[in-house]
This record gives sequence, structure tokens and C-alpha cells, in this order.
Amino acid sequence: MKYTPLIGLEVHVELNTLSKMFCSCPADHFGKEPNTQTCPVCLGLPGALPVPNKKAIENCIKIGLSLNCTINKLSKFDRKQYFYPDLSKGYQISQYDQPFCSDGFVVLESGKKIRIERVHQEEDTGKLQHTILNGKKVSLVDFNRSGVPLVEIVSRPDMESSGEAKEYLKKIHGLIRALGVSSADMEKGQMRLEPTVNVKIEDDHGIHYTPLVEIKNINSFNFAVQAIEYEVKRQLDEFSRTAIEKSATNKTTRGYDSVKKTTFLQRTKEEAKDYRYFPEPDIPPFALNDTYIDELRNTLPLLPDQIIAALIAEGVEPKYAKVLCDNKDSYIAYNHNKEKEGIDRAKLASLIANKKIDIGKDIPAQYQKLTQSGITDRQMLEKVVAQILAENPSVVADYKKGKTGVLGFFVGQAMKNTNGQANPQIISKLFLDLLSGS
Amino acid sequence: MKDLHTLTIDEVHAGYRNGDFTCTDLVRHLLNRIEKYNPKLNIFLRLNPEVLDQAARIDREIKEKGINRPLLGIPFAIKDNFLTVGIETTASSNILKGFMPQYESSVTQKLLDAGAIFLGKTNMDSFAHGSSTETSDFGPTLNPWNIEYLPGGSSGGSAAAIAAGLATAALGSETAGSIRQPAAWCGVTGFKPTYGRAGRYGCIAMASSTDSPGPIARSVYDCAKILEVIAGQDKFDATTSPKPTDKYSACSGQGSLAGMKIGLIKEYLLPEMRDDVKKLIYDSADKLSSLGAQVEEVSLMDPKYSIGVYTVIQRSEVSSNLARFDGIRFGHERDRFNDENKRRIMLGTYTLSAGYYDAYYKKALAVRTKIINEFADLYKSYDALIGAVSPGPALKVGASKDQPMFGEMQDMLLEASSVAGLTSASVPCGFVDGLPIGLQITCDQFQEMKALSIAHCFQKNTDFVKFPDLNSL
Repeated sequence: MKYTPLIGLEVHVELNTLSKMFCSCPADHFGKEPNTQTCPVCLGLPGALPVPNKKAIENCIKIGLSLNCTINKLSKFDRKQYFYPDLSKGYQISQYDQPFCSDGFVVLESGKKIRIERVHQEEDTGKLQHTILNGKKVSLVDFNRSGVPLVEIVSRPDMESSGEAKEYLKKIHGLIRALGVSSADMEKGQMRLEPTVNVKIEDDHGIHYTPLVEIKNINSFNFAVQAIEYEVKRQLDEFSRTAIEKSATNKTTRGYDSVKKTTFLQRTKEEAKDYRYFPEPDIPPFALNDTYIDELRNTLPLLPDQIIAALIAEGVEPKYAKVLCDNKDSYIAYNHNKEKEGIDRAKLASLIANKKIDIGKDIPAQYQKLTQSGITDRQMLEKVVAQILAENPSVVADYKKGKTGVLGFFVGQAMKNTNGQANPQIISKLFLDLLSGS
Repeated sequence: MKDLHTLTIDEVHAGYRNGDFTCTDLVRHLLNRIEKYNPKLNIFLRLNPEVLDQAARIDREIKEKGINRPLLGIPFAIKDNFLTVGIETTASSNILKGFMPQYESSVTQKLLDAGAIFLGKTNMDSFAHGSSTETSDFGPTLNPWNIEYLPGGSSGGSAAAIAAGLATAALGSETAGSIRQPAAWCGVTGFKPTYGRAGRYGCIAMASSTDSPGPIARSVYDCAKILEVIAGQDKFDATTSPKPTDKYSACSGQGSLAGMKIGLIKEYLLPEMRDDVKKLIYDSADKLSSLGAQVEEVSLMDPKYSIGVYTVIQRSEVSSNLARFDGIRFGHERDRFNDENKRRIMLGTYTLSAGYYDAYYKKALAVRTKIINEFADLYKSYDALIGAVSPGPALKVGASKDQPMFGEMQDMLLEASSVAGLTSASVPCGFVDGLPIGLQITCDQFQEMKALSIAHCFQKNTDFVKFPDLNSL
């Protein structure tokens, strides 16, 4: 028997725009006093209407562009309707059949393409707080998060291991941060993950697919890995006992318990919601033209894959290129010093990546110290240099006539005389000093 | 001098200027009439507790600076679905009883900025679900022409307030007929602007894709003056148009209709329509033609199709728009929705459900596009289309009982123009059995100026604006 996990991922990213998706309340809600950042629109008061945030939509499109998506010329918002106390209007404004971006992909290290189905714009909900007030169990609603712009990135089920899923997630995370559209801080819930998992089983009877399982709201890459791995095992076990295969009606939703490291059943398809999507009548549809899309494309910064490719082209080893790309400060330190005299880029990159250099201090000085090798005793080397110059007056004369290429000859002699132990950089400098002085 | 409660906006301003009366005098006069007639007619749900203080402030302003604002000191009746700070707002629904708005609606704010003064909030069908005011949770409004009859709706209170002389001007809103039909049944002038011409922010939503705030007043000219104030882009309503507005009050300059081509919609002269109603429409067509217009009969899609389209779209949007009244906020449980509200929520939920969406909502959108195209074709050849506002005069109190499609049937001549987002005037064009009949003059989107000009010219040259005798009440 051979089996292959099939994993798709839905990733929600909270954008870091100044204001919310459909009103002018501040979008930054983390740690704010409850219900201090609300207005008639995000509270869903009677008569209030949404006005879309242009910047948020641009950021959504930028995410789509960086994921190689097609940007749809015609797009619209839809109402996704369900009841929950943290949903102020009784519907969430989202995108159903005409998202801003569709059909993109991400390339993993192995060269494998993970297809992106869609990237769409929506709004976040409020938050419930279950607590005890005056000895009574109560649920309180905080609407500070209500209406914060949220981008949903939906992949196809192209990942075949938890490792691939993790790599995909890290790629998305790096990309979002490189774009600067979200801090994507997992602990603050700025990036939330929902894997959908099932398993393809090939045995003597043919090919079988286990029922689809969606795992809700995971907020760390490692939990995603653990949840996927648990779920694959669980599904294989279940299949061996029941032989139940995937059907149009048996998709289930499960939660992840990060303490027990297991998933647990939340909802079956029979209980699935009918969201009664329909076009949001309060927001006219969008018609985007090529000029606008190209303008947005031109504002994209260098993205991780492009940065890594550029570093490798400069001679940096791929593994160090990746480290520099992942750490913005290191990358800046590298770029800032790579052109300086006497610095070898590959060497500098490896020193920074291996944390041999403290990027908070004088980088060239540390570099010199770390790269100096052989005899560095100045007085001893000065003697060697002086002797070589004295023994070769005709070559010195050539140098003075402008044949500066003879410097190599002098350095070679010095290396020979010291059995290759001298530090070539120091010797070169000494020759230059003496030749220009004498 | 004319009675204060019969004056138009310009006449009120002339009175202020000449020192004939003050804003306080006018407001007191109207409050007295409200005190006297409202218990019988049930037009105002509640009054503005600050109105006399505000009138005194306006009198000081007039004394110091003269009349520098277009609606300064004009007493308005405001339909109860517009949020007004300081005045309870319920949309005539018990579920919002006690609701004090946290913000002012865009159009009432514009009226206030223009100097208007609000007398109070008028009765309507609850959440605008109806064309009779009979679905109001606070009882129906009665028609000032005959209290055995309905005023129409949903802006029935606002129309009746003008007819009964309880306010100088009124604000209504129309989703499909809710300004034009009560204006017709009450014998006053109503004007529905193009969808997106006046902002909906702060107007409790009925069907978001057709809701349009608009004026109900003594004359076309007054409607134009009010539209001039409330029209224009609303930064809180993404569906409003950035197109510049016109100086609508210039409609009074229309001396003749020479060069205008007007279509009389054949299908709107319904087979079941009374002959005396039909005659008034033909007479109106003759009048327009005598004023210089070229009037021809034109053909339009059978109104029965627009009933279907409108019903599906409107119920779907209603089911969504009322979801926020979830019983958690606003103080009351959902059992306060009345039968009509519940019927609409249920039908709308059904038409949007998986498996039915394509058959109902999607198909309705497709026919809506057909209706829009049909009008667009006609407006290539015609400046305006005319017809009756309503199949007949006002119906008797109780007529909507056990008639879940009552509103749709009464508004069957208005639904197509509403789903197409057109602009349209409703002007009095005669009486049958002592009850007023209205003529609709409907123009293409953003052709408010044209609709107002034709309607003004018609009104100036006819004599159908009358006042009912309330002494018998």
C-alpha cells in the first residue's frame, strides 16, 4: 500500500492599513481597550454603510501579484451571511465568485509548484470574551477587530507532506512581510492557518481518497505541522477500519488541540452552513484596468525569491542567501558593506549568516580581523618587503614607470620568502606604502 | 393672507423677510394643528422635543443675518427611517422602540445645514415593508382626504403631513413607489431621485440596491429646492454618484415643453383600471401636448415582470439587511418583528438559499438588466415616460389585510423604474370620488432637471393641488 497526503491551505492575513476595511476607525486593534475603536459602520448600526478602503484593496492585489496571480478586471464584494454574536451586521463582507486575484502559484525549493486558487479581500469579525462578571458567567463582545481588513489566500491541495506545507507557509509569511502589508505576527493572530487534509491511498484494489477534513484556526507553523501529521495518521487508521471514501457530502471540520496534539470533530457536512452569498448592494463592482494593475506591479519591492536569486548571482552561497533574506537587519548589513574595500561578498555573507559578525558594531573592522590569516607581525613583514625591494631595483624602476602590475610579482616573492604564511593583504599594503614613499 | 400651513417654501421665506410671522409663529401654528389632527390621522409618531428652542434660534439668525440658507426655518416632517440625533428613530418597528440614534443621517444633516427645522418623525410601514402604512407597529396613518382611506406608503406619514398641512415640507424615501404612491394618494407632489443621487447613509435600509431618499412637498418647485440641498455625493455611501448636481430650482424657468418628446406607456393603462382614472391620464397627456410636447404611446415590458423581479431582489436584500437586529443589541428580542417583516425575511432567505439562488435571485438580476436596457432604448427617443402612479385612487383602511403582495400590486407601475434606478416625479392630476390621482413623469438616470422641468410646467398650468377640509374630523 502506498499513501500520499493531499494538503491545501487557507491563510488569513490581517492587513496593517491605518484604517479598517469599510470605515475610518484605526485597524490596529491589538491590546486596545475593548470597544474604543468603533463607529456606526463597524458596529453595524441601522443605516450605516460600508465604504471600501482603497489601500487595503491595493495591498490585496499586491499579494496576488506577488503570488503570480491573475488580477481580475471585474471584481465585486459579496455578503456572506451567518449568525454569530461577534458579527455585527449578521453578514461578513467578503468576495465569492469574483475575487480580486486568482490562479497563482508558489515554487518550493524542490522546484515543485503549489497552485494558488484565489486571493480575496474580506473583513474581520469582532471578538468574544467568555468571562465571569459579578459572579455570573457572561460573554462579552469587543468590536475593535470588527471590520479590520483581512486577505484570504487559498491554495490548491498540492502539498503532499507537512514539510511542504510548512515550507509553503513560510514562503507566504516571508512574502507578506517583504511586501510590508502586514506584520503577519502569528501570536497576535495577524496570520491564521486552516489546512484541509485528506489522503490518497493506492492498494491492490485501486486508488482511494479519504474524506476531506478542514482544520480550523491554527496560529503557528509547528501546530500546523503537528495537526497535519496527526490528521494523516488518524485518517489512515480510520480508513483501515471503515474503508469510507471521500464523497460530496462527508467533509468535516475539526479543531486542533495543541496540548494533546490531536484534532477533534467540530462539524459535519450535514451541519454545514449555507452562507447565502449574494452581491453586496452597498458597494459598486470594481473595474480594474491594465494601467492600474501595472502601476501596482511597479510598486512591488524585491520579493524573497528575487532577493535570494540576486544574492546567489553575487556569489553568495544559497544557504547563506536564504538566511540573509529571512533576516532583514542582516540583509541590510550585508548590502551596506558588500561594496567596501577589501571585502569579499561571499565571505561577508557567510560571516553574517553564521553570526560571526555582530551587525550592531563596526562591520569592516570585524571582517578584517576575522579574515586576517598567516603572519600578521608588521615589523617582521616590513623587513621581508624591504629586502625584496632592495634585491630587485630594476623591477622597482618598472613600477615607478607606471607598470603597477609588478605588484603581483612582489607579493609573490614575499609569499615565497615566508613559505606562504604571510597575510597577502598586509603585504600588498606594505609594498604600496614603501613604493610610494621611496 | 394665506393660512400659514398652506405656504410653500418661498412663501414662508417671504413671510419671514416681511416680518409677517416668525419661525416660532409658524412652528407653533403647525404644532397646534398637529395637536388637533394627529390623534385622528396618526401622522407623526413623535415630535422633536427641541423644536421650539430651535425655532427661536432660527428667528435670531434671521434677525441678524437675514435668510442666508436655502431652507432656513422651513419646518419638515421626517420619515421615521432616517436617523435623527436627539429624536427617537424606529422605522415604525417595535424592535427599535426607544432607539436613540448615535449619528445623523447624511440627508437630514444636509437639511439641518441648510437651516431646516424638524417637527418630528412620521409614520411609515415598518421598515418600509408596505404601501399602506398598515404594517406600521404604531397603527396606520389615515388619508386626510377621507379617513376611511389609506394614505399609501411606505412614506404615508410624510405625504399625509403635507396634505393635512401639518408641515411645510417632508422627507421620504422610496424603494419602489414609497414616495410617489403616497404622494399620489394624498394629492401632493413627491419626487424620487435617481438611485445614487442622494446619500443613503443613516437611512435604515430596506432594499439597498434601490433605496432613494427624496422630498414630498407642496409643489414641484419646493421638491426641486429640497433636492438641491440633499443631492450629491455622500462620502459615507459608496453607491452615490460623483456626477455634479444641477441647480434644480431652475426648473421653474421651463415655460413650455416645445421640443420635448414624451411617451405614454400603453401597458400602464391597465385593463382593470377604472375609466375615469384612465381619462385623467389621457387628459394629462393632452395637457402636456398642449404645452408643446410631442406625446406618443409607447410600449414597455408588462409590469407583471417587474413585480417578480422587484419582489425577489427586495426580499433577498431585506432578509440580509434585517439580520443585524439579532436580539443581542438594540434592546429587544426578534419576536418584535411583525408578520410582514417575518414574511419578507423568510421569502428572502429562501430565494438566497443554496439551490434556489440561481432560480430566483440570479434570474431576477438578469431580468433587471433587461428592464434597464429596455428603458435605455426608450430614452434614446423620449425625454420622459408618463403613466398613472397607481392603478387607482387610495384604497380603504384594512385593504392590505391578508394581502401579502399588497404593496407590490399597488406599486406595479413604479417597480420597473425603481429597479432601473430612474428618476421620477409624482404630481397630482385630478380626482375621482373625491380622492386624488397622481401622474408619474419618469426620466432617465440623472435627468432630474428634465423630470422636474416637465412636472413643474404641468403643475403651473393645471390646478390639481388642493387642500382637504379637515374641519369634519
